[in-house]
Amino acid sequence: MMAGTPELEAQIDQWRSYVQRRQAISTADVDEMEDHLREQVADLTATGLDDDEAFLVAVKRMGNLDEVSREFAREHSDRLWKQLVLVPDAGTTGRGGSSWRELAVVLALAVGAGVAVKIASGLIGDETVLMRNISLLVLPFLAGYFAWKRRLTWGVGAMLLVPFAVLAVVLNVYPFEADGSTLLLAALHAPVVLWALVGIAYVGGRWRSDSGRMDFARFTGELAIYFTLLALGGGVLLGLTFGTLNIVGIDPEPFFEGWVLPFAVPGALVVAAWLVEAKQNVVENIAPVLTRVFTPLTIVMLLVLFVVLATAGSLLDTDRGLLILMDAILVLVLCLLLYSVSARDPLSPPHLFDALLLALVVAAFAVDAVALTAMLTRIAEFGFSPNKVAALGLNLLLLVHLVGSALLLTGFLRGRRPFAALGRWQTQFLPVYAVWAAVVVVAFPPVFGFV
Amino acid sequence: MHIDKDLVAASATPLVLGILADGESYGYAIVRRVNELSGGHMLWTDGMLYPLLHRLERLGFVEATWGVSDVGRRRKHYALTPAGHQALAERRAQWQVVADALQQVWKDMGDAQSPRAVAEGWA
Repeated sequence: MMAGTPELEAQIDQWRSYVQRRQAISTADVDEMEDHLREQVADLTATGLDDDEAFLVAVKRMGNLDEVSREFAREHSDRLWKQLVLVPDAGTTGRGGSSWRELAVVLALAVGAGVAVKIASGLIGDETVLMRNISLLVLPFLAGYFAWKRRLTWGVGAMLLVPFAVLAVVLNVYPFEADGSTLLLAALHAPVVLWALVGIAYVGGRWRSDSGRMDFARFTGELAIYFTLLALGGGVLLGLTFGTLNIVGIDPEPFFEGWVLPFAVPGALVVAAWLVEAKQNVVENIAPVLTRVFTPLTIVMLLVLFVVLATAGSLLDTDRGLLILMDAILVLVLCLLLYSVSARDPLSPPHLFDALLLALVVAAFAVDAVALTAMLTRIAEFGFSPNKVAALGLNLLLLVHLVGSALLLTGFLRGRRPFAALGRWQTQFLPVYAVWAAVVVVAFPPVFGFV
Repeated sequence: MHIDKDLVAASATPLVLGILADGESYGYAIVRRVNELSGGHMLWTDGMLYPLLHRLERLGFVEATWGVSDVGRRRKHYALTPAGHQALAERRAQWQVVADALQQVWKDMGDAQSPRAVAEGWA
């Protein structure tokens, strides 16, 4: 390929990325127009213009990009729906081969995860043992996909494998009491730690990077949505198959439980991860859109809860279920906050939605304060249990996170702080949850005597 | 001389089809040919050519293939299809009517105007 001077190449690159931002103009169109631009520049330089002048004239002749893009949109209105091209044919991009290879890797990993679950369920008779280990069986395949995709170094690989091995040992070697609460807590918190490891694989080992963490948070939200959609679709498909087979007189249930579920669920997770990876540049993220819808609704819900809890009189009869519910509510509020932050342009000035977010955080804080006071009096009366400490610890972390967010958000609304500070606070706090989960898994059982 | 934008837009399709009737070509070469044919008077907004080519492709008038230029860049070539030839023939007939009508108008105008022009010249 004939290349111009480095300056010209840089200018053309810049132009390309500028054009590419128009959603109505596809990559192939940009290629086509770049060829045009380069020929124009070559012809103009042949007549005596220097590179700079030739480039400027060529870009000018290309026309107003808004108008050109509108014309493209009129011709390709479907593109405004941003079609998801998972495996682009070689003709449009010239990069077909690697997409097919990626698809093959994804399918192999999805089947691998299914095989791992299937073999384990054959070997392990005890269902609780299987449930405890299920995340250990599935998530490595997801991490494996990112390890392959991001070409992880061996150092990062070791950084992932060592904690993974520790978790596997702890979950299976600790002398847990059967049906003890520390066992349940460890089983519940292990996936959180594993998810953090997946995150390290996702960011390609750059776990200190704030933007990397934010990307992983976005990825997690989109993955949850895609996984749910796949599950819904799969459910419809299975329901139809079930109904038909039942009418014919075949009972598909043993096959369904023995083969379809162990393969479909882990496989769907890996495939969903691939979909999110493939579409991240194509489709607008859904999680932030849902955030917009649910933030006002959640504020209403919190206000109702606050009134109910505050007027309910004695909350002393409440059990730890309330504390767990409060944690769930705070997690929900935090997710709403996180995904709002993830999709917001940090440079745009404060507007109404930011004030709504602050109202949300304050309302959640008020509800939690009421519930927490009740719980603390109860704990003071009846003493600690592993469950209560775990729930309380999480509550405390969530509160610190939310209070910090509320302060930064207030600062931003009053024009004293940049919005980016709020984003940084979110991403910097995320690893704390992973550390807390690791503490619950590793330290709680010995501290509480494995009960 | 500046040519009205609507006129440029209206004549774009028959011009492109006509140029492609001479053999397959690509975007930049089509623009250059239009420049030559119009003596540099018809200045196209180059970027607008591509949505037009894509529309013609969708309508089945042209067929696009990716090729490689002399210097090794990817380049999209367009060739006229049989349907394109037919469309060109139809357009040509339509333009013929328009051109004839205009010709007539210019001629009548010329006849009516010239005495006055002469009179003004005398005045």
